[in-house]
Amino acid sequence: MQPLGRQTVVDVALRSDAVGAAPALSRAQALNRLRLTDHVFHLLTRLAAIGVLLLLGGVIVSLISGSLPVLREFGLQFLVTERWNPVTEKFGALAPIYGTLVTSVIAMLIAIPIGLLIAVFLTELCPLWLRRPIGIAIELLAGIPSIIYGIWGLFVFAPFLQETLQPFLISTLGNVPGIGSLFAGPPYGIGVLTAGLILAIMVLPFITSISRDVFDAVPPVLKEAAYGLGCTTWEVVRFVVLPFTRVGVIGGVMLALGRALGETMAVTFVIGNAHRISASLLAPGTTISATIANEFTEAVGDLYTSSLVALGLILFVITFIVLAIARYMLLRIERRIG
Amino acid sequence: MAGNALYRRRRRRNGIMMSLSLGATALGLGWLVVILAVLLWEGFSGLSLSVFTEMTPPPGGQGGLLNPLVGSLIITVLAVIIGTPIGILAGTYMAEYGRHDRLTMVVRFINDILLSAPSIVIGLFIYEVMVAPMGHFSGLAGAVALAVIVIPVVVRTTEDMLILVPNQLREAAAALGLPRALVIARVCYRAAKAGMVTGVLLAIARISGETAPLLFTALNNQFWALDAKAPISSFVESLNSPMASLPVVIFQFALSPYKDWQKLAWTGALIITFTVLALSIVARTLAASRRQS
Repeated sequence: MQPLGRQTVVDVALRSDAVGAAPALSRAQALNRLRLTDHVFHLLTRLAAIGVLLLLGGVIVSLISGSLPVLREFGLQFLVTERWNPVTEKFGALAPIYGTLVTSVIAMLIAIPIGLLIAVFLTELCPLWLRRPIGIAIELLAGIPSIIYGIWGLFVFAPFLQETLQPFLISTLGNVPGIGSLFAGPPYGIGVLTAGLILAIMVLPFITSISRDVFDAVPPVLKEAAYGLGCTTWEVVRFVVLPFTRVGVIGGVMLALGRALGETMAVTFVIGNAHRISASLLAPGTTISATIANEFTEAVGDLYTSSLVALGLILFVITFIVLAIARYMLLRIERRIG
Repeated sequence: MAGNALYRRRRRRNGIMMSLSLGATALGLGWLVVILAVLLWEGFSGLSLSVFTEMTPPPGGQGGLLNPLVGSLIITVLAVIIGTPIGILAGTYMAEYGRHDRLTMVVRFINDILLSAPSIVIGLFIYEVMVAPMGHFSGLAGAVALAVIVIPVVVRTTEDMLILVPNQLREAAAALGLPRALVIARVCYRAAKAGMVTGVLLAIARISGETAPLLFTALNNQFWALDAKAPISSFVESLNSPMASLPVVIFQFALSPYKDWQKLAWTGALIITFTVLALSIVARTLAASRRQS
């Protein structure tokens, strides 16, 4: 029976030729050609898949090799030194690392509650016909290029903060003992707080859309049972939906954190690019990505360039860990929902 | 009475939380409106024909955005040409040939990391492997950097869409005697076409606003080597030299002290944003129409 099956294949391939007249030889050739394309295609797809792995490997290797000179010169001291002086060629990554972490923390503190509340609105309160349009509108916030947030932040948002929120913070919280130093100093407009606020707007859609998806996946029976016991909507969300989807929500939050850590252009516009660690959130600072974006093309000397590549390596390692945790969490919730 | 007080407290708390969630949604939507309104306000007044026909001006001069617009177009198209086939092939392997093998598991994980990796790191990577060895910035390096961003997006959507293709289709095609490669090319790709196109559109939307990876790969260029008399050789020449792109020009002009440059930056920002939003809305409607049918 086997040859008969193969003949059918060849017939298909030879459809345009005169099948009846074709000698056995050309049938065998056509068969071989088919087998060959099949092998080649399989191999190509496999190579492309391996290529994706090589891409990541290439990124890691090139970053490490690029930052070797700095690691040789300063060693691990590079991570804990604050000074950054291109003239004397003394470099330390502490100020950018600090700025990256602080702006991301501010962003998450604001974006997590707001993002979750929007997801609650979309899944519990919103009338059905409005869900899709509002969901899409929120996701469009994620589609706006980061450079737009940057130019908007610099020309509109920072002056606005300088006149409203910042003087308010200075005159109220600035005098509270303990946290007062966080809000000390003149209102520059640009600074660490402004960067954090813009990051919050940018990562909001990631938290909202993932939370909404996992909230939607909660079995209705669970919610109905809680409503049946007389729970209010908030109690259903708090004691049924959130515990059930906790892993997924954490995954979404980590994904957003990964974005916030690596965000470049929006932050570069509004952070002020000052290589120092200030106690005040209103003071200018810098982040890893902003430092690279601002200084890389102007960096002269191997050590300077290498320091910036080393900063890139640090950023990559931090985001890799955060994103890996995010994926692991999301994989777990996917398995549970099935 | 005590039970009544408890009931009222619970209702009050529910009311507060629900109004907060309503407020949060209003805040999110309001922000989108404010950003778009400011863009329209600032950018629209600068929008004129000369924006599309004149080169970027020197400081304080008059001009348009012709070279960055064309540069962005060239870089984006090249990036899609380089990135899409690799992405589709890799996604095909993951969904068709090795759906359950270890390579697929690893690639899926790595791909998801690449999908959200900071784009500035991609720029550094391409600088290290292309710009530094070649000794100069080039439009080609910019295109390759953006291709690295295109690949994970396309891999992800291709895999997701091919997995949705019902197995009966593959079995039916195989039963007719079609070899695997033809089953995939003629049957699976055709069934998943809308979704795969959506993926490519989303990738274009993603890269057309990317700035960070272009800063030290394509850099910027106030002139171009394009010449109507020798289109091919001048095209290759311009690919091999620094190339202006819209996002980088916006970055440079917005941070400059010149009012004219800032105005052009706003106009460019308007063009980019509405291109990107239009692309993502088209991609979404395409995906939605596929879901309904």
